[in-house]
Amino acid sequence: MATSLLQAISIQKTFNGVPALSNGSLNLRPGTVHALCGGNGAGKSTFLNVIMGLLTPDGGELLIDGKPHEFMGPAEAISAGISMITQELSLINDLSVAENIFLGRQPVRFGLVDHSAMRLRASELLQQLNFDVPAEALVGDLSVARKQLVEIARAISTNSRILIMDEPTSALSERETLVLFNAMRSLKAHNVGIIYVTHRLRELFGIADDYTVFRDGRFVESGVITDLDHDKLVHLIVGAPLHNHQAANRGRRGDRRLAVTRLSRVGEFTDVSLTAEGGEVLGIYGLVGSGRSEFLNCLFGLTRAHSGEVAIDGERVAIRSPRDAMRKGFSLVSEDRKESGLVGCLNVRENMALSSLRRLGSLVWVRRRAERAETARMKERLDVRTASLELAVENLSGGNQQKVVFARCLLTKPKVLLCDEPTRGVDAGAKQQIFGIVESFVAEGGAAVVVSSELEEILQVSDRIIVFRAGRITGELSRADASQEALMRLAA
Amino acid sequence: MSSQSPARGPEGAPGFNLRKAISSFDLGKIASRYGILFAIIGLGAFLTFADKYFLTVRNLTNLLVQISPNGLLATGMTFVIIAGGIDLAVGSLLALAGMVFANYALIDSGVPVWVAAIVGVFVGAGLNAVSGVLVASFRVPAFVATLAMMSMARGFLKLYSRGGSIPGPSNSFADAVDVLSFGRIFGLPIPAALFLGSLALAWFVLTFTRFGRYVYAVGGNEKGARVSGVPVKWVTFWAFVVCGAYAGLSGVVVTALNSSAQVITGVGYELDAIAAVVIGGTSLSGGRGNMMGTLFGVILIGLISNGINLLNHLDVMKALGDTSATQDVIKGMVIVFAVLLDIVSRGRKA
Repeated sequence: MATSLLQAISIQKTFNGVPALSNGSLNLRPGTVHALCGGNGAGKSTFLNVIMGLLTPDGGELLIDGKPHEFMGPAEAISAGISMITQELSLINDLSVAENIFLGRQPVRFGLVDHSAMRLRASELLQQLNFDVPAEALVGDLSVARKQLVEIARAISTNSRILIMDEPTSALSERETLVLFNAMRSLKAHNVGIIYVTHRLRELFGIADDYTVFRDGRFVESGVITDLDHDKLVHLIVGAPLHNHQAANRGRRGDRRLAVTRLSRVGEFTDVSLTAEGGEVLGIYGLVGSGRSEFLNCLFGLTRAHSGEVAIDGERVAIRSPRDAMRKGFSLVSEDRKESGLVGCLNVRENMALSSLRRLGSLVWVRRRAERAETARMKERLDVRTASLELAVENLSGGNQQKVVFARCLLTKPKVLLCDEPTRGVDAGAKQQIFGIVESFVAEGGAAVVVSSELEEILQVSDRIIVFRAGRITGELSRADASQEALMRLAA
Repeated sequence: MSSQSPARGPEGAPGFNLRKAISSFDLGKIASRYGILFAIIGLGAFLTFADKYFLTVRNLTNLLVQISPNGLLATGMTFVIIAGGIDLAVGSLLALAGMVFANYALIDSGVPVWVAAIVGVFVGAGLNAVSGVLVASFRVPAFVATLAMMSMARGFLKLYSRGGSIPGPSNSFADAVDVLSFGRIFGLPIPAALFLGSLALAWFVLTFTRFGRYVYAVGGNEKGARVSGVPVKWVTFWAFVVCGAYAGLSGVVVTALNSSAQVITGVGYELDAIAAVVIGGTSLSGGRGNMMGTLFGVILIGLISNGINLLNHLDVMKALGDTSATQDVIKGMVIVFAVLLDIVSRGRKA
C-alpha cells in the first residue's frame, strides 16, 4: 500500500504474563490526523510506547513507508521520523524558542553557537509551519498551547513525518485548543501523519480524518471519522451503551449550605458572590485564567482572600488553611491529582484515609480496623478498580486514581464538595461514574461546586451554572437555559 | 527490558491477571528487601568462617554496643528522611549533647545522672527545633538549614567546653555513668537496650500513629498532603525535633561509652547515619522507607567495621594498610550497591 506512512500489524506485548496489548493494529496515511481511541487500559499507551521504541513487542510487525521497521530503541524510532508530543513537555523554560528547537544541534560558527543563524532558521521554520510563535521569545513566557507548537516545530526540524500526540489538549482551554488545531492542519498540508490520542471525543470530529479504536488491548475497528458520530464512537470505546445521567431530574432543594459574599483576591478574582444549596450541583465555567480555579483554591484555604465573606450553613467562617477548610466542612478534589490530589507512593487505603485520620482513630493512633472497614466500603461504593487496598496508588489508572481522590474527600463527610476539573484525563466510562459520585453526594444533602473547562461536562453535571470571565461573574444560567453557545458567549 | 510495570495490570480487566501482577509486584519488593538481609547473612557467614572470635556472644554483644550510637542517630534520621528532609547536624548535636551531659554528670555537679541524660536529649531536640522552624516555616532547604546548624552546634560546643574535654584532670564522672555504659537490662548492655528500645518505639510511632502516617504523606507529596489537610509544617517541625532528640540520646551514650566528652567527637557521624538509612531502603526523595530497613542498615555498617577490625591480623589486611581507609572504601561500595538495588527494583515497578 503506497498510501501508508506507518502500518502496525497485530502488535503484542505482555508484562509478566499479563497481556497489555494482544492485537495492536493501525494504518496511518500521510497528511492525515488519525485518532487512536480507547478507554484507560485499552492498550493505547503500550502501543504508542512500542512504536516509539520504548518497549520491545512480543510479536507483530511495523511498516514505515511500506518497509519493515526493526524494533530497536527510541533512537531508531526518531531516525525513522517518529516523534512524540506528550502532556509533560520537555522544553527548557529559561531558553528561547529558537534555542529550544535547535537544542543539542545548534548551528556553530568558529566553535561558538551562531545565534543569529539559529534565530533565522527557527523563524523560517515557524513561518513555514504557520505557527504564531516568535523565535526569540522565552519559552517560559509562552502559553501551554504555544509551548506545544514549539515542541512540534522541534520534531519537524528533525525531519519527523510521524507525530504522536498523547492528550495534547488536556491542559488547554478551548481557545488554545483552536491554536493547536490550526497548527495540526498546517502539518497535514506538509504531508505529516499524526496519531492523535484524547479523551475529549467531541474535538476529534473537528480535526481527525481516520480513527482506530482499541478495547481491552485489542483492535476493534477503524475507518473514516465522518462515518461516525459521538454516540457511536463512545459505544465502540466502551463496548456497551452508556446510560445518560442527564435524565436524572433532581429539582428538590435543601438548605443553603454555602454562601459567598463579595469575595476578592487581588489579581485573581473580584467581588464573587454565589450560593449553593443542599442537593444542588453548582457548575462554574470559565476559560483558563478566568479566575475559576483560583476562586476554588481560595475557598479551600490554599490562598487567602483579601476581602469578602464565606458562610457555611449560615455561619460565617474564616479559613486559614486547607486543614481549616476541611474542619469547617469543605473538601477539594483538586485540579491535578498527581501533583496535589494524591500521595503517589502511599497505598490506596492510606490515601483514602489521609484526610480523616482523626475521625478514624484517636488523637495519637490510627485505628487500622476502622480505617480498613471504611476504605473498603468506599472502594465498593465508588467502584475503585484495584486488586487490593494495599496497592500503591500510583499504579492505578487515571480514572481509578480520581476515584481514590473522591473517596478521600467523601470520607471527611464534607458539607460542600469542591471539584476542580474532576474528570481531566479520565476515560469515558469512569467519567460517567464520577458524575454519578457527585450526584449521589448531593442527593444525600450536600452541595457540590464543580469547576470545568469542558462545556459538555459542565452542562451534564450542573443544576445551575455560573460563568467567570476575567475574574468576575458574568452570568448565571439555570440548567434549562444553559447551552454551549450561551456559556461560550458569557465566557469568551 | 522491563522498564514497564507488571503492576500495569490494574488498568485492565479485574480478576486473575491482576492478582498475578500484584504477586509479582510484591516479589520484587521482597527481593529488594532481602538483598540487605542476604548481605548481612553472607558477611556474617564469611566472618564466622574467617575468624573464630566473630560468632561469640562476647563479640556479638560488643558489636551491638558499637552500633548503638550510629543506630540512635539513624533512627532519628529515618524520620527526617522519610519526611523528605535531611539532617547534617546530628554529628555536631551528638557531640554538644554529650558534652552538656558530661558536664552535669560529674560527681561535683550534684545533678543525678538520669537528669543529666534528659538535659542532653533536650539539647539535641531544642537545637533541632530551630532547624525545624527554619525548614517548616521559612522554607529554608533542609540541607542548608542543617548544614548551618552543624556548624553552629560545633561552635557552641567549642565555646561551651572552652576547647577542653570533660572530665578534666581534677574531676570525675559519677558512678552512674559507668552503669549506663556497662550495666545490663535483660542481659543486654544498656546502650544496646536503649538503641533497640528506641528503634522499636520509633517503628511503632511510624507505623501506628497519625504522626507516622503524616510523615510518609509529607515526604511522598508535600502539596498533596497539604491539600489533604495534613498539617505539613507541624509534621516537618516535629520530625526534626525527634531527630534531634535521638541525636542527643546518642550523645549521652557516646559520652558514657568513652567515659569522656571531646570537642572532636562525632565529626562525620551524620554520614554514617544517612548511609545506614539509605542502605536500609529508605528513599532520599522521601515518602518511602521503614525502621526495619534502618536496623539492617545499621547492622551492615557495623559488621563491616567489626569485620575489618577482626581481620586486622590477616596478612591481606596488613598489606592493605590503614584499616579505617579500607572501612571507608567498603562502606562506600555498599552504599552504591544498596542504592543501585533500590533503583533497579523501583525501575521494575515504576
